[in-house]
Amino acid sequence: MCTYLTEKIAISGSAKGASGWIKVTDGSVYLDHPVHAPFGHTLNIDFLAPERGPSGRVAVELSQDSARALVKAIEAVLDAAPPGLE
Amino acid sequence: MSDALIAETITITGYNGDTIEAYSARALDESPRGGVVVIHHMPGYDDPSKEITRRFAAHGYNAVMPNLYWREAPGASPDDAAATARAQGGVPDERLVGDVAGAAAYLKALPNSDGKVGTIGYCSGGRQSFLAAVSLDLDAAVDCYGAFVVGNPPEGMPLKVGPIVDKTPNLSCPLLGLFGEEDKYPSPEHVAELEEALKAAGKTYEFHSYPNTGHSFFSVNRPAYRVEAANDGWERIFAFYGKYL
Repeated sequence: MCTYLTEKIAISGSAKGASGWIKVTDGSVYLDHPVHAPFGHTLNIDFLAPERGPSGRVAVELSQDSARALVKAIEAVLDAAPPGLE
Repeated sequence: MSDALIAETITITGYNGDTIEAYSARALDESPRGGVVVIHHMPGYDDPSKEITRRFAAHGYNAVMPNLYWREAPGASPDDAAATARAQGGVPDERLVGDVAGAAAYLKALPNSDGKVGTIGYCSGGRQSFLAAVSLDLDAAVDCYGAFVVGNPPEGMPLKVGPIVDKTPNLSCPLLGLFGEEDKYPSPEHVAELEEALKAAGKTYEFHSYPNTGHSFFSVNRPAYRVEAANDGWERIFAFYGKYL
């Protein structure tokens, strides 16, 4: 089914897409049908530059297991980083 | 009789008089024939959906597929447009009906139209095909595994649609429903509830539910594709349109 289940967040950083690096300010995290990944539903993340319109987007589609592994890896790296880094 | 066809991007007048993009595939033969409005799935106005549209033309129908996400993302790639539209909660029902009405008017105005128009929709488009058929004067409608004709989206899902089974008495045409027995939305219970509503309203319908088959079984480029269900489904679709269009 089409879930439309979505979390939207404000982010600060850059992402590299088809047109090169872009500054991204918004993120959409959602579980729904992928465009390309070979699964029925995937955890999708859009890194967005809304001022660039719909094409201002760097997208990933992950299996649900790999999305959970990614969350753990991100938290592990952030937790291991020395305090005070900016 | 010629089997030549033309397929091209056009514009049609949709909801609220808006000009929107559409993909048209038409038989060039001048003898009268029915028209099919193809309602694309949630992932958008993509290449596989255009291929479906051409398939109807190859079988002798005039077909058109409105780009339902044109307003959110004119000119964007289908995946970017779908991401933008879904982030906004999908296509409003009222707008969908207006866009299908515009597509039907386009088909009826073609020189080789026999005046009959059917709809077909996949995934979210399955519900939208039913929605169009309870809202507009159509000649045939096909619902391919449309969720939330019956039942509400699970709590917490910001999907801007609700059940429309209560509109069944307004159904203007015969309905063909094609479902997977392992689908959860619509589940076999949802399909059974819709069938009961159709019976109660005295409507003409034909339902087929396939074993070992889940959602999206017509999608040839996805792992959900089920060759036996899809092949049988296509035969059912052409037999149904052959009878009513």
